[in-house]
Amino acid sequence: MNTQGRPTRPAGSEGVAHRTFTGNRALDMEEALIFETGRFDATGVDIDEPAPFQSRLGPHARQRGLDLPGLAEPEAVRHYVRLSRDNYSIDAGIYPLGSCTMKHNPRLNEKMARLPGFADVHPLQPVSTAQGALAVIEALADVLMTMTGMSAVAMSPKAGAHGELCGMMAIKAAIEARGEAEARRVVLVPDSAHGTNPATAALIGFSVRPVPAGEDGNVSAETVKATLAPDVAAIMLTNPNTCGLFERQIVGIAEAVHEAGAYFYCDGANFNAIVGKTRPGDLGVDAMHINLHKTFSTPHGGGGPGAGPVTLSPRLAPYAPVPFVVRDGEGLRLVEHASGSESFGRMTAFHGQMGMFVRALSFILSHGADGLRQASEDAVLAANYVRASLNDVMSAPFGDRVCMHEALFDDRWLKDTGLTTLDFAKAMIDEGFHPMTVYFPLIVHGAMLIEPTESESKASLDRFIMTLRDLAFGAKAGKRERFLPAPVYAPRRRLDETRAARQPVLRWTRPAPV
Amino acid sequence: MSQIRYTKDHEYIRIEGDEGVVGISEHAQSQLGDVVFAEAPPVGKTLKAGDAAAVVESVKAASDVFAPASGEVVAVNSDVEATPGLINEDALGRGWLFRIKLADPNELSGLMDEAAYANYLKILS
Amino acid sequence: MRYLPLDAAERETMLVRIGVPDIEALFADIPADKRIEGLLDMPPGMSEMAVERTMTAMAARSRAAGSAPFFLGAGAYKRHIPASVDHLIQRSEFLTSYTPYQPEIAQGTLQVLFEFQTQVAALTGMEVANASMYDGSTACGEAMLMAHRLTKRRKTILSGGLHPQYADVAATLTHMAGDAITRLPPDATASEDVAAAIDDVTSSVIVQSPDFFGNPRDLAPIAAAAHAHGALMVVVFTDPVALGALRSPGEMDADIAVGEGQGLGNALNFGGPYVGLFATRLKNVRQMPGRLAGETVDASGRRSFVLTLSTREQHIRREKATSNICTNSGLCALAFSIHLSLLGETGLNRLANVNHANAVQLADRLSAIPGVEILNTHFFNEFTMRTPRPGAELIEALARRGVIGGLTVSRLLPGAALGDCIVVASTEVNTDEDRTAYAKALGECLR
Repeated sequence: MNTQGRPTRPAGSEGVAHRTFTGNRALDMEEALIFETGRFDATGVDIDEPAPFQSRLGPHARQRGLDLPGLAEPEAVRHYVRLSRDNYSIDAGIYPLGSCTMKHNPRLNEKMARLPGFADVHPLQPVSTAQGALAVIEALADVLMTMTGMSAVAMSPKAGAHGELCGMMAIKAAIEARGEAEARRVVLVPDSAHGTNPATAALIGFSVRPVPAGEDGNVSAETVKATLAPDVAAIMLTNPNTCGLFERQIVGIAEAVHEAGAYFYCDGANFNAIVGKTRPGDLGVDAMHINLHKTFSTPHGGGGPGAGPVTLSPRLAPYAPVPFVVRDGEGLRLVEHASGSESFGRMTAFHGQMGMFVRALSFILSHGADGLRQASEDAVLAANYVRASLNDVMSAPFGDRVCMHEALFDDRWLKDTGLTTLDFAKAMIDEGFHPMTVYFPLIVHGAMLIEPTESESKASLDRFIMTLRDLAFGAKAGKRERFLPAPVYAPRRRLDETRAARQPVLRWTRPAPV
Repeated sequence: MSQIRYTKDHEYIRIEGDEGVVGISEHAQSQLGDVVFAEAPPVGKTLKAGDAAAVVESVKAASDVFAPASGEVVAVNSDVEATPGLINEDALGRGWLFRIKLADPNELSGLMDEAAYANYLKILS
Repeated sequence: MRYLPLDAAERETMLVRIGVPDIEALFADIPADKRIEGLLDMPPGMSEMAVERTMTAMAARSRAAGSAPFFLGAGAYKRHIPASVDHLIQRSEFLTSYTPYQPEIAQGTLQVLFEFQTQVAALTGMEVANASMYDGSTACGEAMLMAHRLTKRRKTILSGGLHPQYADVAATLTHMAGDAITRLPPDATASEDVAAAIDDVTSSVIVQSPDFFGNPRDLAPIAAAAHAHGALMVVVFTDPVALGALRSPGEMDADIAVGEGQGLGNALNFGGPYVGLFATRLKNVRQMPGRLAGETVDASGRRSFVLTLSTREQHIRREKATSNICTNSGLCALAFSIHLSLLGETGLNRLANVNHANAVQLADRLSAIPGVEILNTHFFNEFTMRTPRPGAELIEALARRGVIGGLTVSRLLPGAALGDCIVVASTEVNTDEDRTAYAKALGECLR
């Protein structure tokens, strides 16, 4: 019998946080670099020695050391598990980043992506041995065309920005085919556009001409007509736009653009608001990329990989890049060479982000026609619920207007508090939330762009709203101590980004011997 | 006695004889935040008024510096390339970017003097 | 629907708060005649079980590389990946986190990127590396553009040993930007004279080692020739494990080193997602595209990591950015880094050694078959084989006998007079049984 008892309730609240020897705070652990903890002669992978053989490396063999440390498996697992715990994630809480569509990443997607018939297939295997992989590409392309009402899809772009490049290259190819490459060198881009838009245009030799939005946050067909000229190749518009608003005059804009002999590129980053509600092809779009990692739930992975297939109108379909999948009697094959067609060429080795195709297809099959429409409606509902619950305490740049899947606020309501959008965002971190997108779009001062997505329960939305209200009241009541030092509870306080840029240290270097 | 003139893009040019010393204004440096990088044009380069001449970067922003007047670049401030923070600390003094030999002093009459620039800033805010 | 938490009553409550009668009121800005009536023309939502059934059936229509003797490389390599790698990248905080724009709650991602950058720089023998690109081919294209910015010239020379699809990507970018490009003819025996093609308007010369045909190249003389003309040398590699055995790009005086990182930590995935590696000299860092993680301190003085030198990027410079890139290949870079951390230099050496040993054994066995000629004097884990049969036919014939024997050069270079050549790879996954099966099948095919 165990006769030795011990205390079973807390004795009293004495003692405050003290500095520990390790720098750890219980489960919140500091972790050094592998170059500091690993051993430079160790390895955590068992590899058999081959039988003696005659090297064929000749004079090309490496002579110098690499200075790469190794870790045994237990050490490696600890290292990465500890590091992972310093990250916020969608799995842990609402991630309301406007224009990023941080929806739940279904685990079924991960399971499907790892089926050997998808994951363990080489891109250059004989096509007869890769029919299942080609079937996925075909199936996803079909359903993307159904959703967008477009007649072709370029599946190979590796990310949204890569998709923008693809669409603009198709436009440039179409213009060249008409003999107008020298004449049409300008692309119209609103000031509210994501930076990738003008960067993409510049990359292939276009110059950018700004199109201003109106007081209501929309681009008007009148303004576009006034800015169009014979030197314009295309307009790049985001719809819904970066202020979270549907471009009401999009049909008129498309007509004006086409009448002027130019093309309409649509940035599909905000497609999540309108899947199943309207088709971009019906609105007059010539090319639109889709971010599979936004609208179709492929995981963000700490910054990538993404995937950016581009849907194309009949005007642009002939110029689509290689490779693409075609049906050939009973089977599927790849067209891998551009010669003999009007394709503008190749944008990447191999065929595209197959791993993301499987995940996106799994998501789309799971939702189906009814689920996809419900998801868009819930995304727009959630954003408007947040907007309606905050618009008495926070200021909106375009008044009390219904938004789409994201709600935009500016920083006028913080005037006289001595606090900025940044301070507000950092205080949210202490409350356990990832901040919303801040300082984008650039046309709104101190912008705060909130996109909850359809994945949030009402309870989650309510908690988020109540917290923001509490913070907003605190800001207006002058509780600057809640904001200016924030975050105080995160693994790190605010960082010296000036130092990081003035004295860049971009890799570990072995310290000089003492 | 050196005069100073300002452009609408917040560059200044301090006239010293037939040369001008160019930098960005106090207002510009405070808008940019901590400057992390500055790149001046090469010595010997000929600039026309309005040409993009230099670049100043902070962590979150980048700004082109346009030549307030035409001329040949005769000196650049290597201190600023090594210590970009000088532009924040002393934009009008040790944070100068480059010096030009003025091609046409008449161009300066189109620029704002100190009082006009102060007024301009009031209107902007 | 299992991914949508709101119920009908909650939706009603929310509509009341918003002050609209129904959900359609929130879509009123869509022109009435452009709204979809009813549902999209596609099937209704499926249960997990049904989705699994459908997709498993699709997957079954492909032959997995691990199911047969497998000898195909040509830019993507079948590697044994330690079990802990895939397990670790599926941790929620790595899988479902975003770009580390709020560094206080993203130190996990940022420290991993800093370690990754260090590993890539060490592996390539260069001073600084970025936080990854989409893949090797787009990294190669970006290197070409970076060389233009650095040299202020716009003409590129591509070695005839460069992966044909990488060359196609560079050519597409060049044509679209209105620049000039010279593609040297396909060179299966590393006998081209790249240096002779360099002139005083050359921006960069892009060479690959080991090249597409498997030949390791001595690139130091090409670097010297390039530098003498004020041009840069870009070195490409497609299997990072090769750098365990061969002289690094940095050692051969490369200005930019780019490559495909798939060969460490990442499955074949029918071509993507992969991970582009990009490294350069420190003095070029402001012209380098892609994200960069840097070291700093926080308000409490603790070492921390943060994305830095962001003014190169599109969200600040917009049309003046070094590139339009927004994402990196974060999770794939993590997988690469974990695998390489487990290997360390010791493990990488051994892994490279086994790759080379397997390739040598295979080459010896195949070249013993009448009619078979191996073109390479030197090779690492890939070589080019010429036989009396057209490569395209031979690959199909081998596949019918259950062997994935390599890549017919004609698939990537249809015009070149190398239609009787196959590029064959062998990694650590190949066994004696695999080699026996290949030799037997090849013997039968060439009888």
